[in-house]
Amino acid sequence: MADMRVEIAGVTFKNPVITASGTFGFGREYARLYDISRLGGISCKGTTLHERLGNPAPRIAETPSGMLNSVGLQNPGVDAFLRDDLPFLASQDVVVIANIAGSTEDEYVETIRRLQGSAVDMIEVNISCPNVKAGGVSFGTDPRAVEHITKLCKSAADKPIMMKLTPNVTDISEIAAAAEAGGADAISLINTLTGMRIDVNSRRPILRNNTGGLSGAAVFPVALRMVWQAANRVKIPVVGMGGITKWQDAVEMLLAGACAVQIGAANFTDAYIPLKVIAGIQEYLDAQGETCVSDIVGTVRPW
Amino acid sequence: MLQADFTIASVEQLNPTTYAFTVDCPPMAEESWCGRFVHIRCGEKPLRRPISICEIDKQNGTLKLVFEVRGEGTEWLATRKAGDVINILGPLGNGFFPNQDKPAIFVGGGIGCPPMLGAAQDYGKNAEAILGFRSKAQMILLDSFEKACKRVAVTTDDGSFGIKGFVTDVLQERLREEPDAVVYACGPTPMLKNVAALCNAQNVQCYVSLEQRMGCGVGACLVCACKTHDAQGEHMRHVCKNGPVFDAREVDFDG
Ligand SMILES: Cc1cc2nc3c(=O)[nH]c(=O)nc-3n(C[C@H](O)[C@H](O)[C@H](O)COP(=O)(O)OP(=O)(O)OC[C@H]3O[C@@H](n4cnc5c(N)ncnc54)[C@H](O)[C@@H]3O)c2cc1C
Ligand SMILES: Cc1cc2nc3c(=O)[nH]c(=O)nc-3n(C[C@H](O)[C@H](O)[C@H](O)COP(=O)(O)O)c2cc1C
Ligand code: FES
Repeated sequence: MADMRVEIAGVTFKNPVITASGTFGFGREYARLYDISRLGGISCKGTTLHERLGNPAPRIAETPSGMLNSVGLQNPGVDAFLRDDLPFLASQDVVVIANIAGSTEDEYVETIRRLQGSAVDMIEVNISCPNVKAGGVSFGTDPRAVEHITKLCKSAADKPIMMKLTPNVTDISEIAAAAEAGGADAISLINTLTGMRIDVNSRRPILRNNTGGLSGAAVFPVALRMVWQAANRVKIPVVGMGGITKWQDAVEMLLAGACAVQIGAANFTDAYIPLKVIAGIQEYLDAQGETCVSDIVGTVRPW
Repeated sequence: MLQADFTIASVEQLNPTTYAFTVDCPPMAEESWCGRFVHIRCGEKPLRRPISICEIDKQNGTLKLVFEVRGEGTEWLATRKAGDVINILGPLGNGFFPNQDKPAIFVGGGIGCPPMLGAAQDYGKNAEAILGFRSKAQMILLDSFEKACKRVAVTTDDGSFGIKGFVTDVLQERLREEPDAVVYACGPTPMLKNVAALCNAQNVQCYVSLEQRMGCGVGACLVCACKTHDAQGEHMRHVCKNGPVFDAREVDFDG
């Protein structure tokens, strides 16, 4: 059987499948359905310095082969995360990735400081959340701003940091290069694409926030293209996500240059998707005569 | 809680747009109680559809689910036949715990009636029900409620059956006779808001079952938010995990 382990910035994952931030809470709910230590890693719900109530509902709208969300970073705040949620995750033999966000530079820095010395294995820095009005997305769309915030985050962290990029930009490889220049240990992409749905009867947007972030199968080709472009540009590890709903999608991401993948919206369609993807990748590697999952990373042969 | 394929044992059409499925799902029936719900995968739709548990038969290991065709997901569901298999995640949510020591009034509006049936059956023969429909053509489950309750009142918006008017008109009268009653309600939000306002004004305990658009259904994605308040202040609760049943005094219906 092929070796499914991957190493990203010194952290070893038992397989390359991670559940995506915001779709898996802090792991407790899905732990009632299956043993979450079978996952490679868990990226926690986006956490901010202080508690946030998030946006009013409706916060979700279905789209052809996908969904929009406008949760608006509802979370209990980093101290509550450390006190109430991390101990459970830390007891689970799975890589724990804290996902953090902020409205100001200081908030990013202070949130990361509070994670110093904790059981968190890695920090994913969301510089791309489209659902928070004060800042958020603005940190992620300009290469100079990305390099700057990455430097600040890196200097506050005692763990590897992975910058999570927004797809709502003109040139993703520029943004990826800026994160690398700022000292990121890894990058992950994509976050959601800004979108909208309108109820034709009420003539009102379905989302109370009017717009939201698109994810799910619909975004997969766009995500794959961006992961490929980013991986071609930087030397640091790239974690790919966006629209993965089956093992073939995950393998495409790996071939395009992702060292590992994250799965988000697909959890809502089938709670067992991450386990099915892990099994599928394993079978693919064995059938292809590969000995190690990392051997296929970036092996697509472009025309 | 589990997610698995289960077979539809029988299908009954209750009115032109409403269907009742009896689903053969012993492990799920075992963990079910009234007011909880299941999350059903509808063909290729990326999001599951939440449907309340209407009746539970633990002996035969079946659940009865009653749903109305609203859009593409429920339309797909309506074309399933007895013997077909559907994928269900559940049972989910907190549900009702009718207080046996006090008179109970179960108030259902339209497709909000099915979860009230299971709750009334649980409570027993002394249950009272008030059911509201747009018109006689939409009426569902009346026989079952009559079997489960000592008294059933039906209102229709157009007067084509029962009392012309709203469930709150009847509720107001009943509360005059039974000021100690506990009220359990499910239906459209404007109805719940009015029921809650009426109960709050008379200091009557009231529990409402809320609807909200859902993703995961298990409490992980936080999309099904509902604003509540209590002595500790304001909260964003989640219909799938903290609900769907809430103490009406705590719900901010306009939040
Ligand atoms: C806890 C709970 C219990 C419910 N129980 C029942 C029941 O027993 N019987 C019944 O007929 N209906 C019930 N509903 C409502 C039912 O879930 C919706 O009518 C259904 O999801 C509509 O799907 P659709 O594909 O037909 O409509 P579409 O409009 O095509 O759906 C598009 C999206 O919006 C969501 N959506 C649309 N309307 C609602 C709604 N009212 N509530 C929640 N999500 C909605 C859908 O789930 C889907 O994600 C319940 C809802 C909740 C939250
Ligand atoms: C309901 C929901 C909430 C999300 N919350 C966050 C979040 O808090 N932080 C974050 O970095 N990404 C968040 N995301 C984005 C996902 O982590 C992921 O980047 C995106 O959904 C694309 O992957 P997918 O198509 O597999 O869902 C959220 C996505 C969804 C659907
Ligand atoms: S639907 Fe995901 S938290 Fe309620």
